[in-house]
Amino acid sequence: METKNKIRVLIAKPGLDGHDKGAKIVCLALRDAGFEVIYSGLHQSLDQIIRTATQEAVDVIGLSIMSGAHLPISEKLIAMMNKNGLGDIKLTVGGVIPNRDIPTLKEMGVAQVFPGGTSFDKITTGMKLLFK
Amino acid sequence: MLKIDDIRSGSHLAGARLIRLIEDNEPSAIELLKSLYANTGKAFIIGITGSPGVGKSTLIDALIFQFRELSKKVAVIAVDPTSPYTGGAILGDRLRMQRHATDPDVFIRSMASRGQTGGLSRAAKDATTVLDAMGFDIIIIETVGAGQAQFDIASLAHCVGIVSIPSSGDGIQAVKAGILETGDIFIVNKSDTPDADLSFIELCGMLEMRQSREFLRTLPPGLPPKTDNGHPTWQPKVLKTIAQDGTGIKELTHTFLSYLDFMKKNNLLKSKQKTQEKLYFKTLLKDLILEKINGFMDESKYVETALNDIQLNITDPISAAQHVVNKTIGHKIKE
Amino acid sequence: MGVAKYIKDERGAIKEVTYQSGIKVKPAYGPEDLENKGFEYEKDLGAPGEYPFTRSIHPESYRSRAWTTRQYTGFGTPQETNERFKLMIKNGQNGLNVAFDLPTQMGYDSDHPLAQGEVGRVGMAIDSLKDFETAFAGIPLDKIGSGLTINGVATIMMAMYQATAEKFGYAKDKISTTPQNDILKEMIGRGAWIFPVEHGVRLVGDSIEYAVKELPRSNPVSICGYHIRESGATPAQEIAYAFAIAKAYIDNVMERDIDPSDFVGRFSFNFNVYGNMWEQIAKFRAARKLWARMLKEEYGVTDKKKLFLRGLFGGGGSGLTKEQPENNIMRGAYYALGAALSGAQTTALCSFDEAYTIPTPRSALLSLRTLEMLMDEVGLRDTVDPLAGSYFIETITLEMEEKIIEEMKEVEKWGGMVKSISNGFIQRKVSRQAYEFEKGMQAGVYKKVGVTPGGQRDQADGEDDTQKTDVELHEYNEDWAIKSKANLEELRRTRNDKKVKDSLAALEKAAKGSDNVMPHLVKCCHSYATVGEMAGVFRDVFGEWKEPEFY
Repeated sequence: METKNKIRVLIAKPGLDGHDKGAKIVCLALRDAGFEVIYSGLHQSLDQIIRTATQEAVDVIGLSIMSGAHLPISEKLIAMMNKNGLGDIKLTVGGVIPNRDIPTLKEMGVAQVFPGGTSFDKITTGMKLLFK
Repeated sequence: MLKIDDIRSGSHLAGARLIRLIEDNEPSAIELLKSLYANTGKAFIIGITGSPGVGKSTLIDALIFQFRELSKKVAVIAVDPTSPYTGGAILGDRLRMQRHATDPDVFIRSMASRGQTGGLSRAAKDATTVLDAMGFDIIIIETVGAGQAQFDIASLAHCVGIVSIPSSGDGIQAVKAGILETGDIFIVNKSDTPDADLSFIELCGMLEMRQSREFLRTLPPGLPPKTDNGHPTWQPKVLKTIAQDGTGIKELTHTFLSYLDFMKKNNLLKSKQKTQEKLYFKTLLKDLILEKINGFMDESKYVETALNDIQLNITDPISAAQHVVNKTIGHKIKE
Repeated sequence: MGVAKYIKDERGAIKEVTYQSGIKVKPAYGPEDLENKGFEYEKDLGAPGEYPFTRSIHPESYRSRAWTTRQYTGFGTPQETNERFKLMIKNGQNGLNVAFDLPTQMGYDSDHPLAQGEVGRVGMAIDSLKDFETAFAGIPLDKIGSGLTINGVATIMMAMYQATAEKFGYAKDKISTTPQNDILKEMIGRGAWIFPVEHGVRLVGDSIEYAVKELPRSNPVSICGYHIRESGATPAQEIAYAFAIAKAYIDNVMERDIDPSDFVGRFSFNFNVYGNMWEQIAKFRAARKLWARMLKEEYGVTDKKKLFLRGLFGGGGSGLTKEQPENNIMRGAYYALGAALSGAQTTALCSFDEAYTIPTPRSALLSLRTLEMLMDEVGLRDTVDPLAGSYFIETITLEMEEKIIEEMKEVEKWGGMVKSISNGFIQRKVSRQAYEFEKGMQAGVYKKVGVTPGGQRDQADGEDDTQKTDVELHEYNEDWAIKSKANLEELRRTRNDKKVKDSLAALEKAAKGSDNVMPHLVKCCHSYATVGEMAGVFRDVFGEWKEPEFY
């Protein structure tokens, strides 16, 4: 029975932005790369994301943010993850992310940043590398 | 790391992580699981099954709402198929239930079938044990139809709800799939669509036939159907719902609860649980023995010798296999 | 990203061309192609301005009037939006296209927890009529029409617009507004939905009915194939799904005993222009014809003017690239050329920096100038439908028509658009296509200049386009939220609470029953009820939509 080494990922759309094409196609790409993917759906509060990640016991939370609010959202989520005992879960951020913000996100504790246009291959291997 | 007391006191974090360990076949889960059994047996386990697209998740979302109105703590295990090609899965059932995500008395866990096509793995069964020990009053298991698997829903749930949507000929499908025999409550969802009444009547008719088959088995005639121990049996119910707007869900909730009452009152729940435990126990035995043999085959010199002996015509394959099994089973299993 | 699929031989010569909609293109076309298709001038084209309007809805098109330009504007506070509006008008823009921030689009006030970090970010923040009064101060509402890019709470914004006009002394029959108001497309694409499908459609129906009776110059719904296309639909699906959505709205209004002839003339559309230019041109020509024919044959509409496919055909954001952003300036110009050759009456162009940020004043102005060049310098106003009669264009226009009809039939088979969306059929199809397309893009099957020479487009970490080039980022200003919240607090303190309560109670009654909600919304706006309060009434009565699975 193949059970070990499965990576469980929560792809989450925080906040009010509804552009979900990117999140959805990344879900499909992750599935095809052998991940177990939980999709949060749209309009999620950070509290909903934290609780979903807790209940689903995921290894990675992948945020998809197109509204430009990636810095405040990531900062707040990381604080909430630490507070809720999820400090060991990896956080990745994708969407409309200007390159100049990537170092800031990484300093905050974001494990990987996948700006729009990042290839599926880079996303899936990038996520797998987090667990090597 | 994981503390048994945290699970017993209902910590979502601890419970979820134990379920993950179980799912990943981590040995560390075994000891924790063992010590949880003393805390189980309180939850009412409901199975919800039906073909894709009949609205199971939406229905469960509405059920959660109703059970919460009755102050019941609710856990859900939603099983989705693993892709046989990639081993991956998108687990999207909770998408419809996400409004309950922040309710501390609701716990939703998606599970990939991981090879147990159409059915449930031992992990799903063990997950209900964890959730039961966490103190949930209701555990709902969502799964797609029946299939080849370690457990089907009827061997896990106390009560099985089978969801279908109006469409002529669905009843025939149900008979073919054998699900008619396993259902305790039949739900015709999306009943605002044409053919709803037809499907309803068709299902009722088929259940009557099922009843009379059972009736014939429980002669003498003229008396209400009885089981072996002389108690009346549950008469399957058919209900119409529109999960999307909540129509019929209150009634469905009460039907589930009245099923539980009925089963308890007539001492049927105990006997059902006994049958289920028996199956679980047998599965455990099979798994353990298989594991043993697998391990043995990988490392044992007996297997190597036997294969050589077969090749050299010193022994026949049947005798050699019997020898290996005797050696294996005789080998002490770590307890 | 909307480019065709090319199969080449080892020397690089093109062997096969297939458009996204499934049309195969031959190396050359001649009269026999039109003959094979049974092409007839009267039936398939007609003179410009004549049924079936394939060539144009006006007999003289741009000769009589250049296109209307409507760049998407609005950010931050109403005050700043107002300044931007005035700048655009001063620069020659003759219509406004208003962007709202996400909290407003989702029916939340600026002080709602979910609004945190989003106030004024992607558009203007509106909490109450006060904000509309500020945003439209000094704008001649009887001369300038306004598109309102909002859907979930379009009814509320339409009521706001009317209430504002009334405050400023413009009669409601003199103002013209086009709220986007297309909730079904939000459920396929853009995601700014709130209420369950049937309630969403009812609100659209209410606003159409109200506009028919009370707002004679307003166009209550603008159906957006645009966003459907951005989500991964092919050009043929873009048109087919938009028309299927239109049918869902028409059917809702017809249930109110209103004749389609009384309102279909007010529908407008928003379509996307990017990708292969010829496919775009064929798409628009086929769409004009099919829309007119559908209204005439299925709904019995006879008045010529009511058969017009009107709308904004604008350059699509999906075509733009984050890499080498200046390339987007040229790309945009070609998309605009495609729009002009398609006979777009109203247009807008994505700004070159849109892959990074919401347009800065500089980039928005650049888009406007690009559009002007086509009309005033290059000669696109010279004659109507200059490509008519091209063997190639006429053949693929007919083929496009067939493809659109095929897609529409599939939606019919699924039980119509409302059902197809409730069950997730459309979403599944579109997201799967988007995935396949993106895979092809990454594998180098499709070419994107400056991005995919060999299929590899990842940059090394730290390499920063925004520093290499001079894209200027539109900065988010925390002060917007602080200001909005302060205004809201002030409003809540000073308004007449009883009036607010009464108007909201009347709204609730209408929402629960079958009364049209529009007049009640106008009253709520005048009483300074907030967007969050009005949408809150709807949330309580209707509930929220649960999206179906997409895979």
